[in-house]
Amino acid sequence: MAAVEVENIRKCFGSFCAVDDLTFTVEHGEIFGLLGPNGAGKSTLIRMLTTLLVPTSGTARIMGIDVVRSPNAVRKLIGVIPQALTSDLDLSAAENLKIFAKLYGVPGERRARVVKELLDAVELLPWADKPVKNLSGGMRRRLEIARGLVHAPKIFFLDEPTTGLDPVSRVAVWEMLAKLKKEHDLTILMTTHYMDEADKLCDRVAIIDHGKLVALDTPMKLKASIPGNNILEVSFTGVPEGWLETLKSLADVQDVKAEDHVYRIGSNNGARTTVELMEAARRARIEITSLSVQSTTLDDVFVHYTGRQLRDALQEALGFDPRMFYERR
Amino acid sequence: MHRILALIERDLRKLLGSPTLIVVSMFFPLVQLVVLGSAFGGKIKELRVGVVDQDHGVPTVKLREMFGAIAANARTFVAVEYTDPQQAVKDLREGKINGVLNIPPEFSRRVLARAAPQVALIEDNTDNFSVGALQGLLGGLVATYNQRGADPRVPPGVTLSVVELYPYVPYIQYLLPGSIVLAIFISAMIGGGIIYIDDKARGLHEGYLVTPITKFELILGFNLSGAIRGFMAGLILTTLGAVIAGIPNPLEPLRLIKLLLVIGTTSLALISMMFLLMVRVNDPLVPRATFGVLNTLLFFPSGAVYPINGFPVWMKIISKFDPLTFGVHAFKSLLLKDTSLAAIAGDLIVLTLFAVLALGLTTLLFKRTL
Repeated sequence: MAAVEVENIRKCFGSFCAVDDLTFTVEHGEIFGLLGPNGAGKSTLIRMLTTLLVPTSGTARIMGIDVVRSPNAVRKLIGVIPQALTSDLDLSAAENLKIFAKLYGVPGERRARVVKELLDAVELLPWADKPVKNLSGGMRRRLEIARGLVHAPKIFFLDEPTTGLDPVSRVAVWEMLAKLKKEHDLTILMTTHYMDEADKLCDRVAIIDHGKLVALDTPMKLKASIPGNNILEVSFTGVPEGWLETLKSLADVQDVKAEDHVYRIGSNNGARTTVELMEAARRARIEITSLSVQSTTLDDVFVHYTGRQLRDALQEALGFDPRMFYERR
Repeated sequence: MHRILALIERDLRKLLGSPTLIVVSMFFPLVQLVVLGSAFGGKIKELRVGVVDQDHGVPTVKLREMFGAIAANARTFVAVEYTDPQQAVKDLREGKINGVLNIPPEFSRRVLARAAPQVALIEDNTDNFSVGALQGLLGGLVATYNQRGADPRVPPGVTLSVVELYPYVPYIQYLLPGSIVLAIFISAMIGGGIIYIDDKARGLHEGYLVTPITKFELILGFNLSGAIRGFMAGLILTTLGAVIAGIPNPLEPLRLIKLLLVIGTTSLALISMMFLLMVRVNDPLVPRATFGVLNTLLFFPSGAVYPINGFPVWMKIISKFDPLTFGVHAFKSLLLKDTSLAAIAGDLIVLTLFAVLALGLTTLLFKRTL
């Protein structure tokens, strides 16, 4: 029996389906990532799995228990960290944990010990009695992680746990999660729109776009599933007829996509393809205006499977292009 | 139970962490109590006047005919017949009637003998508005009676002697019960409205909803913590207000116990009503936008600043369904008349039933999902 089983789950709001026929399983002890832009349906999915939303159709089971039929039994098994920071700002870190320990029915004799242990585990013991409003964003997120663990859940759901945190705090949260997973024998299902986060933390990643599952595998296999070990991104001043074909004929090139005057070239040997590319440009008497060579990332995987870059998808979800504010100056 | 206690603990910790909120929620009712120390005008109608006719003579019949004519036309009062003057006074004390017109056994004989005949108006002088209206009207009635072109055997000079049941009640004392209820109501609006919706909008409730807490536990926890906050507000205002208004012996133990009972019941009823109104609201602007209207719509029809008898019909209807009315009545009974528990039992029952009904409906309407 898998820790989480999702079958043909769907959630529609009127004619719009935020989650559209998803099926996957999460095995015990895994860190499973749901990767996708804002509006992809990740939070809706996690809310259905944590009993906060009722699916329109399909089923979801946590440790074999149906989330719709036995929501309270599911709630006892799961710890949930919502996207927003929701700890009580006026209460201290310890008070927040104590109140949630009571809400989860942790017996009185264990409560103080559990609170202390968890504050220690998330390295907040020195701030136990400080009001949450005095803690930094990273510390608050660590407190919320501790809060989700007060009742020793089997499965931990985190909705974009590092959104809004600075890079140092993000790394601290990653390390914290890896440590807690090991110490508490947790299965973790997390959503993120950070490729590096999914790459670094997750055993398997499901890429979701427009409510649909577009790819699911380990980060390594996902990266290997797209043509080329390296990705060259190159742009030119002007290109002659048949230039796309020329690029495809270069040594070790697996795949070429042109998008807004930028050519993304998948190659099995980035260095050799780069040399041949420069030689071809010299022969065609065109100028290379930018060139970058990188190993395949989950971002490339996202582009490969969805046909657009994650930042484009984020802008689409926001409804505007943030660059417009800078370009109008 | 520990889950309900957790919610209460959380709310009280928050409240004690912001003493400014406590002061602010009490400041307005105290200001109102002190500032609005003047009476309100208005034509009072349909006061219930007990008529005790111990005479039944011809002059009495004439007097009662004139009384009946005013009751039928001006509708200032409604006559309620009594045979036992003690029962009439008892009902007056318990607020069932607004005054007693006592026609003594020797009235007709004294009228005919021109031997200083008298009728008595026994009045509930805790209500200056009603008393003023009754005195004016019955005084006029007696004057008219004296001036009529009657049988010369009937001597003029009938006088009305007024009997006040209680010491003089200044308007600030009259206003105190309403101010206490207002303090509880403001506490309910802040706790059950603004803070509740703000917490919901901030996602705090999402944290509660993923725990195994039931709908009923959640609603009961919110209600009890809100009621405790209202109780604190009511208790502080009762104590301070009684001192400011000069209520005699406000903290006499038995009276204090009855007052605590009314404060608790009123708090529970008002917070339950507020949660019922806000249970499906998500927008934090809604409580802020509606509280002014809600306050006016419920506070003024409660009889807190002016007797309900002076209201138009539609306002009387509101007052009948307004839980504040029953709180105000119970506080008036205890603070101004120091009545028995029996006199406020009806108010306590209505407030309790209201709280239970509102709690049940809120639980039904509360969505356990987002």
